[in-house]
Amino acid sequence: MKKAGIIMIIGSLLLLGLFKFPLWNIMLGAPQYPEPMGMDIYITGIQGVQEFDIQNIDGLNHYIGMKTIPKPEEMWEFNVFPIVIGGMAALGVIIGILGFLGKVNAWWFLGWLVFMSVLGVLGMYDFNAWLTDYGTNLDPNAIMKMTNPDGSPMSYKPPLFGHQKMLNFDVDSYPAVGAYLMFAGMSLTLIAFFIGKKEWKPKYVK
Amino acid sequence: MRKSINISILVLLITGLFSCNTNDSKDGDKGALASNAAEKVYVAPGEHDEFYAFVSGGYSGNLTVYGLPSGRMFKEIPVFSQFPTSGYGYSEETKPMLNTSHGFIPWDDAHHPDISQTSGKLDGRWVFINGNNTPRIAKIDLKTFETTEIIEVPNSAGNHSSSFVTENTEYVVAGTRFSVPVPQQDIAINEYKGKFKGALSFISVDPEDGIMSIKFQLMMPGFNYDLSHPGRGKSHGWFFFTTYNTEEANSLLEVNASQNDKDFIAAVNWKKIEEYVNNGGGKMMPANYAHNVYDDDTHTATSTMMKEVLVVDPLEVPGAVFLLPTPKSPHGVDIDPSGEYIIGNGKLSADLTIHSFTKMISAIENKKFDGDAYGIPILKFEEILRGTVKQAGLGPLHTEFDGKGNGYTTFFISSELVKWDLETLEVIDRKPNYYSVGHVMIPGGNSAHPFGKYAVSMNKITKDRYLPTGPELEHSAQLFDITGEKMELLLDFPTHGEPHYAAGIPASIIKENSQKIYKLAENEHEYAAIANGDARVERDGNEVHVYMTMIRSHFTPDNIEGIKVGDKVYFHITNHEQDFDVPHGFAMIGANSSGLLIMPGQTKTTVWEPKEVGVWPFYCTDFCSALHQEMQGYVRVSPKSSKLELSWSLGED
Repeated sequence: MKKAGIIMIIGSLLLLGLFKFPLWNIMLGAPQYPEPMGMDIYITGIQGVQEFDIQNIDGLNHYIGMKTIPKPEEMWEFNVFPIVIGGMAALGVIIGILGFLGKVNAWWFLGWLVFMSVLGVLGMYDFNAWLTDYGTNLDPNAIMKMTNPDGSPMSYKPPLFGHQKMLNFDVDSYPAVGAYLMFAGMSLTLIAFFIGKKEWKPKYVK
Repeated sequence: MRKSINISILVLLITGLFSCNTNDSKDGDKGALASNAAEKVYVAPGEHDEFYAFVSGGYSGNLTVYGLPSGRMFKEIPVFSQFPTSGYGYSEETKPMLNTSHGFIPWDDAHHPDISQTSGKLDGRWVFINGNNTPRIAKIDLKTFETTEIIEVPNSAGNHSSSFVTENTEYVVAGTRFSVPVPQQDIAINEYKGKFKGALSFISVDPEDGIMSIKFQLMMPGFNYDLSHPGRGKSHGWFFFTTYNTEEANSLLEVNASQNDKDFIAAVNWKKIEEYVNNGGGKMMPANYAHNVYDDDTHTATSTMMKEVLVVDPLEVPGAVFLLPTPKSPHGVDIDPSGEYIIGNGKLSADLTIHSFTKMISAIENKKFDGDAYGIPILKFEEILRGTVKQAGLGPLHTEFDGKGNGYTTFFISSELVKWDLETLEVIDRKPNYYSVGHVMIPGGNSAHPFGKYAVSMNKITKDRYLPTGPELEHSAQLFDITGEKMELLLDFPTHGEPHYAAGIPASIIKENSQKIYKLAENEHEYAAIANGDARVERDGNEVHVYMTMIRSHFTPDNIEGIKVGDKVYFHITNHEQDFDVPHGFAMIGANSSGLLIMPGQTKTTVWEPKEVGVWPFYCTDFCSALHQEMQGYVRVSPKSSKLELSWSLGED
């Protein structure tokens, strides 16, 4: 199960890209922002795409009563996510090495993938909850209190995925490089599972 | 039937005649119909022009920025004139920019912009421009498009043969049009001859920060030094100045200075003089001139009075200065891109005189002299002459080059632009100008590497070219396509003030460097309020300093009490925005000054001296946001005797 083990190790290591590259990206363009402002969401915090984007997004958001974009120390996620990602990468590498040495079978790879997927879904759920809070939990003394046609307060929750028109802004929210590396890595672990299953079988029969 | 046909033919003929006549009267006007002129100047909404044109404002004292080929104006850059639009020359930070040895001067007559060069190519770092009236040279930084330095030129008057740069921007050169006694003294005006001097100033430009300083002044005979241009390529190291009034008349010059058949082009070997000076040559003389520098980090200008200047007597440096006889009071002197041809535009003639640099050097080596003027050798005319462009037009003023072997000369009296061949000296094409053209500009047209796509002629008389606006009209420029054998008139556009020359450059060289904001973190203004908690009000006797911040859409503080009649209130206001194109303005009721326009990250100061008790508002003058109208505040002014302590607040009821 040498080949599968190596693929499992590579797949797991790709998670570490999240320490260098953003997980998600949200861009805000408007008529008066021909060069859109943007947020790069890393597992360690949120940064502006351009130097002053965060400050400028906060400046605009204060009109509609949104909270400022959180600093790393203001959200527990930015402490926990790096530990989880680092831990999962280490775990994946260990399982890969054990697989390489023939100590564990390919089902361990799948087990890692399922665990990782569960964590990913939880992460997305948490991310979406934050976006919802950020977009709807507004200052009651906001300068502009916009309402939907039915009279309910307007939500400024950015889309979790895709494009949405929000007042004068076009908001685009998509995974970024770090996420693509993570997906690629997780796909590799799935491939490692299938290859590992094949590699394992003959040995077992023998 | 036949008769009616004949009549209709007759009618057609007459109509044809009339339309022919209208065409003939304004030939160029039909350019847009004759070809696709409209398409050639159309820059679609949101798209950018191919070239920047920096056009001098003449008596506006400023520099305007246009796009070519659209002819749209983008900015007026205040240089020598107070500019209430931004507060330049009114704010405490920029008042020192207009300081001179004569005190604060709110104006000048700005003439000849020239863009900095490296190896004879436009490098787009700075534009230099001369103040003609109170001799000064200004430098505009092309990162911020703001004036960042002004140096006064002592011993000079009518700073007209300026401000042209050498091929590596070693020097920006300034010459004297009105010779004066040096040093100034109380003598009879008719003692002009022999006693008056024309100083030619070589101002060095630091290659790193661009700081200017007068390296030396060459004290020439008291002629009128009209225009100048640097040698380039083979003639790099030389500078050429036209002269008129070699008669040295001091009255009724229009007659008395037009008597000599030939005046001179003065050829100055500045490399030789530089060497002389570097070896301790020249004489320090007492002087008094202002050197004003604006710092982007402190957002503040300082003015330093300089107390001496190095002067050089041309006779002390043999072989450094020669006079080239040139017919008929030459106005412009222009050097072709190769550096070989020295073109004298004899403004009272129909001809252009072309001298050869190679022949000039050989005439110098072989001592082909025709006497001297005050000891300066005069070269023999026929020994240096390359040829004459005969009967090219009336009243030649200036020549630019397309880099493809052609010269383009303006003729003021016959009001036309003439294209001629540098080799054959034949006229290739001529186009009428509307009206009485002064300068012509081809981007890079006075460098070693012109961009020969467009020529802009700047005219002195406008008359009927636009909708009338009473007796006073803007000047008029014409844009020509010069890519073909014949020039094609594409566009008329009005220009602000009186453009004397312009400098054009491909937009691609500078537009990426154009700064968007000033970084607040780099703001070192003495009175800046950088952090939110820095906003405050301090009293020092009757001086009150308000450290104020502004961000969409409020001032901090916006309520101030404890100000008294007779106080001098300094509002030091810092714009906390860090977003492109979000300036805020500031205006205080009753302030005897202009408002301020403050760019993101910048600090500016205005002074207000309240004269009446009351509660007086201030507000933001730039529509900055949906809540711009709310961006306002109040100052309570109490009687002089009041014991009310200073207090300030934001958002408290």
